[in-house]
Amino acid sequence: MWRTASIWQRLTLLLAGVAALLSLLSWGMVSALAREAAERTQDNVLAASATIIAETLRSEQGEVRLELPYSAFSMLGAISEDRVFYRVTADDRLLTGYTDLPVPRPPASGNSRVGFETAEFRGEAVRMASVTRQILAGSAPVAVTVTVAQTRAGVSAIASALSRTAAMLSVAFFVVAVGLSAFAARASLRPLNEIAAAVARRGPSDLRPLRRNAPAELAPLLTSLNRLMERLGLSIRRSEDFIAEAAHRVRTPLATVRAQAEVALRSVEDEDTKQRLRRMIRAVDESSRSAGQLLDHATVAYRADDLARSRIDLAALAARTAEALSPTAALRDITLRLDTRPAEVTADAVLLDNALRNVLDNAIKYSPEDTCVTLAIRHDSTFARITVTDEGPGLGNAADGDLTERFRRGANAEGIVGSGLGLTIARDVLVAHGGRLELGAGPDGRGACVSLVLPLS
Amino acid sequence: MRIACLAVVLSLWAVVAPAYELEDHSRIDGTGPRVLRILSTADLDVFAPYLDAFHQAYPQITLDYAVASSSELHRAIREDASFDLVISSAMDLQFQLVNDGYARSHESVLADALPVWARWRDQIFAFTTEPAVVVISTERFAGLSIPATRQELTAILRDHPERFQGAVGTYDVRESGLGYLFATQESRATDAYWRLSEVMGRLAPRLYCCSSAMIDDVLSGRLALAYNVLGSYAADRLARGSGGRLQILRMTDFSNVILRTAFITRSAEEPEAAGWFLDLLLSIGLRDTPGPWPLPPVGDGSEDLGSVFGPIRLGPALMVYLDPLNRQAFLSEWLDAIEQH
Repeated sequence: MWRTASIWQRLTLLLAGVAALLSLLSWGMVSALAREAAERTQDNVLAASATIIAETLRSEQGEVRLELPYSAFSMLGAISEDRVFYRVTADDRLLTGYTDLPVPRPPASGNSRVGFETAEFRGEAVRMASVTRQILAGSAPVAVTVTVAQTRAGVSAIASALSRTAAMLSVAFFVVAVGLSAFAARASLRPLNEIAAAVARRGPSDLRPLRRNAPAELAPLLTSLNRLMERLGLSIRRSEDFIAEAAHRVRTPLATVRAQAEVALRSVEDEDTKQRLRRMIRAVDESSRSAGQLLDHATVAYRADDLARSRIDLAALAARTAEALSPTAALRDITLRLDTRPAEVTADAVLLDNALRNVLDNAIKYSPEDTCVTLAIRHDSTFARITVTDEGPGLGNAADGDLTERFRRGANAEGIVGSGLGLTIARDVLVAHGGRLELGAGPDGRGACVSLVLPLS
Repeated sequence: MRIACLAVVLSLWAVVAPAYELEDHSRIDGTGPRVLRILSTADLDVFAPYLDAFHQAYPQITLDYAVASSSELHRAIREDASFDLVISSAMDLQFQLVNDGYARSHESVLADALPVWARWRDQIFAFTTEPAVVVISTERFAGLSIPATRQELTAILRDHPERFQGAVGTYDVRESGLGYLFATQESRATDAYWRLSEVMGRLAPRLYCCSSAMIDDVLSGRLALAYNVLGSYAADRLARGSGGRLQILRMTDFSNVILRTAFITRSAEEPEAAGWFLDLLLSIGLRDTPGPWPLPPVGDGSEDLGSVFGPIRLGPALMVYLDPLNRQAFLSEWLDAIEQH
């Protein structure tokens, strides 16, 4: 799944991962700082409490006297509900307080008067602050140590409350970051999508180079794409040229063969040989027709990129094409009926003639003998329509797209010689002109009706 | 042989006998085998309605109610005597027990409903607020103006020594934990306390262990005035009929308000039942209407308590006067003031 995930998904996931890491990191840091701050606050209050007690120490008749001030403990009670313990010793002799309270080490550095330590007392962790003061009792100074201890529930409560807040903020930060990541990923992929859309929008034979401003990262891709298209176009043109050349080269000798065959037909008496010669001529005709169609197709492919546009009267064109095909029709006793009216289009005359000839040729080929093929021209305000209707077996149920595919022939075309190129040529021509080819059944459900639809000039 | 047996019995007795003194003891038998042991400073007649209410709600539990003075109670718990619930009005001693880890946590809806000042650490909970009052005998005060402040009270006592000689009662703070709490808190709050104590000291005051004994003596006419009596006991006595011989005064300059607190002991054998009893006390303490209960509710800490200062705060500062050195210093000062003959 990871392999096929989109760049957008990958980018978003990656950025979200980074955001999660940062959120976690910041949460951890804030939590640690909050704990540190709460602990320092407690340390300060404990130090103040111990100092206040130490300040009431005095010597009275050679004895160390002490009066616990009320404020020393009330300040401890003010910040949290933590248990308080204390101990005052004079030279290791307990003056007052909790006997078993551990005594913290004296402060490590000389500057600080207050020593701190964390220890376990009566089943709970306590923080202790201790202050030592020299009191002159009798003749010798006595070191009196005041230790005040407090459990750490309040510190933990403050730290965990702040940590919870920090966690919520981190989650919020993460959510926002993921949203922004998704947006940023989409924004940075936009040029790529635009290029993809531009390529997708192109027609099937549009191999012009893509001219657009691309980010630096996409420029090589665009250049390669353009180079590829250029090579592809060149290769297509070369193969079309080759086909045209080949068709042309085949047609000329075929014409010679046909002419020779006809001469031979006239000169032989033997009916059997005549029959063979006629078959030969027919085969040559088919070959030359196929070659012609291949040539037509190549012509269409070649010219479609660069149409020679001129004003053409469709009626005249239809008349010319019908005229050209009337011998073929006459061979099979097929009547070509023209029902035309003038309609002017701007088009490539050669291609249009190709298209109409192929459609008409198809109609004649698939019509039974002694029937009628009608060629009609109609137009409305925007389109001109050349309709070729025959009385043949029709086109069957195949979809339009299938029949106009190259070398594809209708299901009911068995037994009839053909290349399957005719409708493809016609369609390519019409599409190149901004028109379309419509296939359907004849007027009363019989035969085929092929319409060449062209925009009016 | 016989002597040896006796010796064994005696030594066993020494082991079994508690090292603390009980003043009273009562037992309400339940239907089940569980026994809830309560140690309290509240007199049995004051606390009986609470015991009855619990017995009705949880008839299966046997109630064992022991009464001790606050200092005896303190000692008993320090010696890990087997009690489940401890109730006392001596806040400082109660607080110290909790601070030193003799209590266990209790969590309930009712505990959460308490105001913050009425609880500490989910371990100690107040279910009453009770002011300290002055109780006077109306007969002995006949013809005198009724004092409203300590200053006025001091003046009256000073001006009529013959009338008040030997007729002034107050707590013996050496014995009574509650009396010590009242005295220390009052000395901290107002300097009128020491002046008053000195004047009382000149009148050969009678010293008492408990509020009820003081009220009894005011009622009987032996005392003209009892200073620093638990208002709830006095009100209870007044409600039960005193024939107009008793009057309760609240000092308007300053009045201590204590919280009667309860906690479940660390060593409790029936912590669940103790929790039920505690919740019952809290539900009664949190009531809005007076009801049939002899002890006042917790309230919001300011209203109708005769004090603008609010109740004494539950906190480590309560332990300051429990410090042996501080206690020694305070007691010697107090003795100087109160014992002048």
